[in-house]
Amino acid sequence: MPSSTVLIPPRHYLNDGYGIKSWLLTRDHKRIALLYLASVTFFFFVGGAMAVLIRLDLATPAGDLVTDETYNKLFTMHGVMMVFFFLIPAIPSVLGNFLVPIMIGAKDLAFPKLNLFSWYIYVVGGLFTLYALITGGVDTGWTFYTPFSTVSSTTNVIPTALGIFITGFSSILTGLNFIVTIHRMRAPGMTWFRMPLFLWSTYATSLINVLGTPVIAITVLLVAAERVFHFGFFDPRVGGDPVLFQHLFWFYSHPAVYIMVLPAMGVVSELVAGGCRKPVFGYAFVAFASLAIAVLGFLVWGHHLFVAGESVYSAMIFSMLSYLVAIPSAIKVFNWTATMYKGSVSWETPMLYAYGFIGLFTIGGLTGLFVAAIAVDVHVTDTYFIIAHFHYIMVGGTIMGYLGGLHYWWPKISGRLYNEGLAKLSAGIIFVGFNLTFFPQFVLGYLGMPRRYHAYPPDFQVLNVLSSAGASILGIGYLIPMFYLMWSLRYGRLAGSNPWGSVGLEWTTTSPPPTENFAETPIVTWDAYDYHAPVEGHVA
Amino acid sequence: MWSGTPLFPESASTMAPRVDALYFFLLAIAAFFSLLIAGLIVYFAVKFHRRSPDEVGARIHGGLALEIAWTVIPLMIVMVIFVWGASVYYAMARPPDETLNIYVVGKQWMWKFQHLDGQREINELHVPVGRAVKLITTSEDVIHDFFVPAFRIKADVVPGRYVNLWFNATKPGRYRLECAEYCGTRHSGMIGEVIVMDPSEYQTWLSGGSSEGSLASAGAKLFQDLACNTCHRPDAQGRGPVLDGLFGKTVQLQSGETITVDEAYIRQSILHPTAQVASGFQPIMPTFQGLVTEEQLLELVEYVKSLAARPETPAARPATGGPAPGEATPVKR
Repeated sequence: MPSSTVLIPPRHYLNDGYGIKSWLLTRDHKRIALLYLASVTFFFFVGGAMAVLIRLDLATPAGDLVTDETYNKLFTMHGVMMVFFFLIPAIPSVLGNFLVPIMIGAKDLAFPKLNLFSWYIYVVGGLFTLYALITGGVDTGWTFYTPFSTVSSTTNVIPTALGIFITGFSSILTGLNFIVTIHRMRAPGMTWFRMPLFLWSTYATSLINVLGTPVIAITVLLVAAERVFHFGFFDPRVGGDPVLFQHLFWFYSHPAVYIMVLPAMGVVSELVAGGCRKPVFGYAFVAFASLAIAVLGFLVWGHHLFVAGESVYSAMIFSMLSYLVAIPSAIKVFNWTATMYKGSVSWETPMLYAYGFIGLFTIGGLTGLFVAAIAVDVHVTDTYFIIAHFHYIMVGGTIMGYLGGLHYWWPKISGRLYNEGLAKLSAGIIFVGFNLTFFPQFVLGYLGMPRRYHAYPPDFQVLNVLSSAGASILGIGYLIPMFYLMWSLRYGRLAGSNPWGSVGLEWTTTSPPPTENFAETPIVTWDAYDYHAPVEGHVA
Repeated sequence: MWSGTPLFPESASTMAPRVDALYFFLLAIAAFFSLLIAGLIVYFAVKFHRRSPDEVGARIHGGLALEIAWTVIPLMIVMVIFVWGASVYYAMARPPDETLNIYVVGKQWMWKFQHLDGQREINELHVPVGRAVKLITTSEDVIHDFFVPAFRIKADVVPGRYVNLWFNATKPGRYRLECAEYCGTRHSGMIGEVIVMDPSEYQTWLSGGSSEGSLASAGAKLFQDLACNTCHRPDAQGRGPVLDGLFGKTVQLQSGETITVDEAYIRQSILHPTAQVASGFQPIMPTFQGLVTEEQLLELVEYVKSLAARPETPAARPATGGPAPGEATPVKR
């Protein structure tokens, strides 16, 4: 409970050195998390600015704001920035970096120098992609489909591909670091089944990162090589197959959807448990659902190719496997909802984001049932229905989870509390703005408005204007937390070690924690979310 | 402001109501579960709202019966959806035996249509109502996608391949045709119309304006111009297989496999002649890659198809029998 007598600890990771070198050469996972926080926020607002321009342009059917070329570059760079430089790294590299060692009672990750190196790789990859953007941009769509990307596009395909290639190594190394850390560095008594569920989902995500990312690296390298040397892997004129690219691309990029959403699911498990002061209902089912998603996620890439000349029977197999991967997601939603039953349910900001996540992810998941049904997918694929569906997962899911987590652990990260009223207001604005932006797009999609269209029939203007209006509301919703979180760094009330009255090792150390996280290594004798165990830092 | 704003697409093919029926079923499922979850969240959030700062939740860890219920029931529902979606798709993927065939070539950024009788159209496709129409599509450059929302059909149009799709229009009218796979700068301008006409009007349209002769006759002329006829002779004395009566037959390849002669095989035999050589022939045919356009290819294909109707001479069956003596060793490349 926040109380008037809390003091800032005399020694913590933020005052352990002040110069620029103490940040750029740090090996502290918490400082590296903040380096990532600054960089992913930067890319989020770059990608977001492009989204705003796209929606402004689509306010009129003729697309009067920018040219065709510019429009195509905008949606391409929006996708590249958001997917590879925000959604994939955001939760693991910011919240994961900060929390994984603390949640298992360790002093740091297994490989602290490698962790810092991962951040530098990420930054170099990001600079490559920014260079591609500033020197003319790229117009292939974030999917780089061949042969358009290999023989037709005259834009900066190679620098963008190299940027993605480089950044991939950051994901692989971070994943490796988390896997080793979770295996080897758990505090005494911290068994696998006492771990917070955030760690299970981070672990599952890391597996996908390590196994899947090399495939996208090879794939974008093939595209670059084909552009330079004209090998013809994807060129039918010399016997290559353009659809082969799609198989390779989605073999990574479908699991990448789970790289984006699994960490958010982990965050929501923490938010729901903390917000209800109650163990997550069916802990083991939620934990294994994460692993099931990671494994099954590798077997469904073909559902992106239902209209791409896939054989009838492989389409059916991929359709069925896609339905199987829906089940663990459904299990999670039911378990989170059941956790609220007889909880001590909070209405504070982190919990508002959790409600938002569960609601929006449910709609995103249920519309996944539409697109896994092959006959319906034939009609809606490559339309705005798909755009709406995956934004419900990635924006409604991942970003809601990320913001919820940022608000939940902000007092731990900064030692201070933000303005709760403003935080609730912006959570509400984001929820309303999000639905106004993306719900009309389901209708547009079934009507038959294709994605990546700069101009559209005048009949569709009303729905597009609604969507554009929603996007401007959403944009404001995302800006507000920037201000009150920055403000809280200096003026916020001191949080104390456990402002929410939650259990979990991170709430037993000071806010902000010391560089070594704990004064002495904790010994764990209780299960995760045990609000009835007599442990230090818990409220009952 | 809502007048004139459509919320649901027109339904104008035999497939559209079947897709829509599944769509409405899915909408009902989605609405039920969305409202269930949202309702429970709101109800629990109000009913169990924290009353005192120190209150903790009840000591509940889970329940096996519930876990089984919310695993098995959704699994059964999604399997129903899977079977339904797959069966409608199966019908989409299988054109009926009797179809009106039209060739489609996509290129940045237009649609070109070739009717068998010789009519050519750009960005407009005239078809009769109530008749199964099969489109045989290919692309001259990048991947496009042929999408008619009112028919609920869509297929990627892939360079180097023939992709088929079919529909049976149920209502005369003009329907939007769109490229649905991003194809470059003017992607959103790669649009057109499918004009569905009464059969009598369609006949009138067909008889007007066709001066170039049928597609097959254009192919026959090309067959002479490219000197294909020096090797592919109807008397079985040429160095290449006899093409009369060949289309639709199953032939044996040198590799021992068999293949059914369809549009894709003819196309491949012209562009990559040595890839799948019929048993009994030497891989000596030069490639015509770069010498013929996609549209000329289609004319040649249609010409070879038209030969299927000719009476098959006994000697014109090199592929189904064993190789002739002395021809068994193919020339190695």
